[in-house]
Amino acid sequence: MAQPADRLYTKSHEWIKIAGDEAAVGITEYAQEQLGDVVFVELPPVGKALAKGGVLGNIESVKAVSEVFAPAAGSVAAANAELESHPELVNQDPYGKGWLVKLKVAAGAAAGLLDAAAYEKFLAEEGAH
Amino acid sequence: MSETGLKRTPLFECHLESKGKIVPFAGWEMPVQYTGVIEEHRAVRTAVGLFDVSHMGEIDLLGRRALDFVQLVTCNDATKLTPGRAQYSGLMTKRGTFVDDLLVHKFSDDHYFLVVNAANKDKDYAYLLAQAADFDGVQVVDRSDEWAQLAVQGPKAIEVVQPLTPVKLGEIKYYRFVEGTVDGAKAIIARTGYTGEDGFELYVRPEDAPRLWRKILAVGKPFGIVPCGLGARDTLRFEACMPLYGNDIDDTTTPLEAGLAWIVKLEKPNFLGREALVRQQAEGIHRKLIGVEMVGRGIARHGYRFFAAGKDVGPVTSGTHSPTLGKALAMGYLPVEMAAPGSMVDVAIRDQKVAAKVVETPFYRRAK
Repeated sequence: MAQPADRLYTKSHEWIKIAGDEAAVGITEYAQEQLGDVVFVELPPVGKALAKGGVLGNIESVKAVSEVFAPAAGSVAAANAELESHPELVNQDPYGKGWLVKLKVAAGAAAGLLDAAAYEKFLAEEGAH
Repeated sequence: MSETGLKRTPLFECHLESKGKIVPFAGWEMPVQYTGVIEEHRAVRTAVGLFDVSHMGEIDLLGRRALDFVQLVTCNDATKLTPGRAQYSGLMTKRGTFVDDLLVHKFSDDHYFLVVNAANKDKDYAYLLAQAADFDGVQVVDRSDEWAQLAVQGPKAIEVVQPLTPVKLGEIKYYRFVEGTVDGAKAIIARTGYTGEDGFELYVRPEDAPRLWRKILAVGKPFGIVPCGLGARDTLRFEACMPLYGNDIDDTTTPLEAGLAWIVKLEKPNFLGREALVRQQAEGIHRKLIGVEMVGRGIARHGYRFFAAGKDVGPVTSGTHSPTLGKALAMGYLPVEMAAPGSMVDVAIRDQKVAAKVVETPFYRRAK
């Protein structure tokens, strides 16, 4: 599957779209497909400082709970309040309306992340379709 | 067997055809979902769904003392069964706890047909063999490889299956079964299920199963049938508060604690676990399987803990977001003094304590 080229990815299947010192974060199409029907999203409070790779929140499907990790260090500038009443947006539009948080990030936030082509290659190597 | 060492049901190819997402479960490769748990769940509540439950175990008890043996190893009263009736029961340890929960079908005085959980089949079979060793007049035969099982569940189940069988399905009452044919294949047709809806469980020969699966999906299409995986099976049984072995009941819990006193017939003179259950009945139970609704935001899950006044008071045994009721619900054990509906308790969810309220069970009951 083709991933949007306007953002970066992690091997734990999050995406981050960096614009200056602000970055939107969500989970990938592959991640939402693996989770199944999302019924609850737990997001951090605004102002919370996150370490790169730290737990950003939890996404619950009917079947299970999955942690979401911060692709970059930053403080939470906004959380997607729409997900409180419409968690299914994570399934329906993971790269758009299903975004999770916006982070205030420092320069160099992109370090160590995968671009779309590298993430696609990673998915292929993992045997994901 | 696949290269992973996991077993496959005769319907494995059908699951791939239907784009099922395959997961390991109790030693089997099973579909957890096809289109999505919620969609499959809703189909069963409002129309009809088709499940492969061929992983379930089937064990025959044969011989002149088959009834006596059933009476010894299970807590319900099998003398109440006449040929063609089935009964929910418990296979009991001497401590009055569950080796397994099961369905006991009576074919005749010398033939009872047990349907047991996939995860417990080998354990159950070994347990039954051990009990039968010093018991004259019964033979225990594991038939699990000789039966495939398809469950057609939902308010439209009868309309989907009826065109495929000469048996008058409307005449089979709940928890009864007949031997007949479905799409020409020899079948046991039982009006049973694990979803809280009307429906049928069809036991057929493995070689007939794939054709029947495809046929039922084709015939069911105008009724909105969808194939359903283990995910929907779990959420459906959960809303109906049907216990799941390994979650809500196990060999540390008794039927009295699990709210299943109705399957315990202490007036039976002798059965495994009877003494322990008589004692527990007399002394009163200390904990009880209850249902809660989350008041705060969060979903309680199997393995989480209940807290009251900062103290751990028991386990959550099953929990999810109920697709039918649209809220987070859970089952678990609480001390009896906290078990009344309306009682408040906390659930530890990750690093937070989230409020929950004890509610009446089952969460969902179909309109009759």
